[in-house]
Amino acid sequence: MSQADTSYVRKHMLAESPPPAAETGVLKWLRENLFSSPANALLTIVSIYVVYQLIVASAPWLVNSVWVSPSLSACREILDGEVGACFAVLTERWNQLLFGFKYPTALYWRPGLAFILLFVCAAPLLFFKFIPRKFMVLTGLYPFVAYWLIWGGTIFVPLFALLGLLAGAYVYKKTLFASAGLAVIAGFTAALIVWLLTSYMIRDLEYTLALQPVPSRDLGGFMINLMLGVTCISLSIPFGILLALGRQSSMPIIKWICVVFIEFIRGVPLITLLFVANVVLGYFLPPGTSFDLILRVIIMITMFASAYIAEVIRGGLAALPKGQYEAADSLGLDYAQSMQFIILPQAMKISIPGIVNVAVGLFKDTTLVSVISMFDIVGMIRGPILASSQWNGVYWELFGFAAVLFFITCYGISQYSQWLERQLQTDHR
Amino acid sequence: MAAVNQPEVSDKVAVEIRKMNKWFGTFHVLRDIDLTVYQGERIVIAGPSGSGKSTLIRCINALEEHQKGSITVDGTLLSNDVKNIDRIRSEVGMVFQHFNLFPHLTILENCTLAPIWVRKTPKREAEDTAMHFLTKVKIPEQADKYPGQLSGGQQQRVAIARSLCMKPRIMLFDEPTSALDPEMISEVLDTMIELAEEGMTMCCVTHEMGFARKVANRVIFMDEGQIVEQNEPEEFFNNPKSERTKMFLSQILGH
Repeated sequence: MSQADTSYVRKHMLAESPPPAAETGVLKWLRENLFSSPANALLTIVSIYVVYQLIVASAPWLVNSVWVSPSLSACREILDGEVGACFAVLTERWNQLLFGFKYPTALYWRPGLAFILLFVCAAPLLFFKFIPRKFMVLTGLYPFVAYWLIWGGTIFVPLFALLGLLAGAYVYKKTLFASAGLAVIAGFTAALIVWLLTSYMIRDLEYTLALQPVPSRDLGGFMINLMLGVTCISLSIPFGILLALGRQSSMPIIKWICVVFIEFIRGVPLITLLFVANVVLGYFLPPGTSFDLILRVIIMITMFASAYIAEVIRGGLAALPKGQYEAADSLGLDYAQSMQFIILPQAMKISIPGIVNVAVGLFKDTTLVSVISMFDIVGMIRGPILASSQWNGVYWELFGFAAVLFFITCYGISQYSQWLERQLQTDHR
Repeated sequence: MAAVNQPEVSDKVAVEIRKMNKWFGTFHVLRDIDLTVYQGERIVIAGPSGSGKSTLIRCINALEEHQKGSITVDGTLLSNDVKNIDRIRSEVGMVFQHFNLFPHLTILENCTLAPIWVRKTPKREAEDTAMHFLTKVKIPEQADKYPGQLSGGQQQRVAIARSLCMKPRIMLFDEPTSALDPEMISEVLDTMIELAEEGMTMCCVTHEMGFARKVANRVIFMDEGQIVEQNEPEEFFNNPKSERTKMFLSQILGH
């Protein structure tokens, strides 16, 4: 460097300028993404060939598909030796695939309505940034409405259940000033009292404001998968939070209860828990009591999922810098406030991918109930449909349809969670 | 450096620490600490790293638990009772080295959360107070942004405003400028000087000796978990008594 270069004074500061306009064009995109090197070009060509072969192989099967036919043999006659799918099984058994084979045909509108309401009522929770908070009342009411629509019976069953919960919540709020532990017990007792009192009134009200009742064993089809999935995932998140917080607790008894629960449930296969729900639980209940099978399954799957979600949330809690806890403490927030406003919102945000992972896995695992002779969509396919003389042998179309249903749901959940993560991003905007 | 106008120190005690000892496991971090802070006093605590100065002020609002001795804050003896601790914490503001703002809340929400939920202040009033203090630290225009969008100096000033919104009687500063770029240190120090001029009781752990000279009524030098020397800033810097203090000062003022 010469002497003259070392002394320099900038006369004017450069203004901010826009980045150079990106080169555009299809050719550039192709060159950069598909043919950037000989190896990549080769990979591209091989991939195109594989995709081409797949299309060629499956196209006739899809193009020649038969959508209307009373049975597989009729279907084969129509195809007349050509390759073709027999989607007629889907149109023919559509209702059975969705609602099971015993749900009264005239009442299909009820689970259908419950399904539509699910989207309406979940929206305030899912899009909480855009829908006013007060609409969350709908979300809170949904479980009771959905129960009434699907199972039918008198409206007072879900109504009294709701009443008990409200009473419990009210007592909890009113006793909270004394101590949190006491408030939980008091709230729980209040709810129990209301349920006990109203259970005597239920018998007289059996036919007032009643929909035609449908017993649990008549439910089936994809409806069961959706019901189990939605119920168990939404229940397991709050339980998972409690378990994760309990595991971090400084009180040894609470901590050890949570640790033992989580480790035990995680160490046992879900299918074992389902068998326990189906068979073993019956031995422990007093003789004569019938405890609804779906309820038993919901309890087991929820326990299973909450153990996993607890561990995911524990990861989120551990990922928070200690300074966040200290800042919340130093402002005088108590434990519940610092958890509610500072720690959990951040820990949950970190945990979203993990929770979604558990949720998607759990939703697919609901098909395991077919093993304990419940007729969910897989149970329907393997049982009544494939066993019937008309449709014996139609595998690809049926299981393909089940796969598509699950894919749509799981892909939807995944897309929503990614959107949510972007919404909650607060840095570098 | 011109001395700032120094408000009167009252004879009322703000913090009283008696024979306080603390251990981390078997490591004896604080040994027989005796310290009385009067209302309106500005104390700077200096010392080499690992000398226990941060731990000392973190004991005052019970972020660290002490094992022996007593701490009385604003007339309330610090005990293990959770409600007692929460009450003391709401009277004592704390500013951290790494700001510790809540990244998921806007600046305004950061400042109003504790007043609304701890002090039960109505939301509107809490927001007015927050805007008042944000104006005071000269960043009212950032109220609707998130902490991640602000510079380090701005974040630290928000952290100071957040503490002030609780109308604390004592402010603790734990190395408030150590994580900042050199250009941003002075904006935070200016805010702290302004606060001192208004008579806030302050305990600052800091390496900013210029700030200590200008603002403090007392400088405390700690080493190996004990108070080695304390004096008025003039005496402390010009005429240190202990060998350890002389060595420390020669090292940090040597350049």
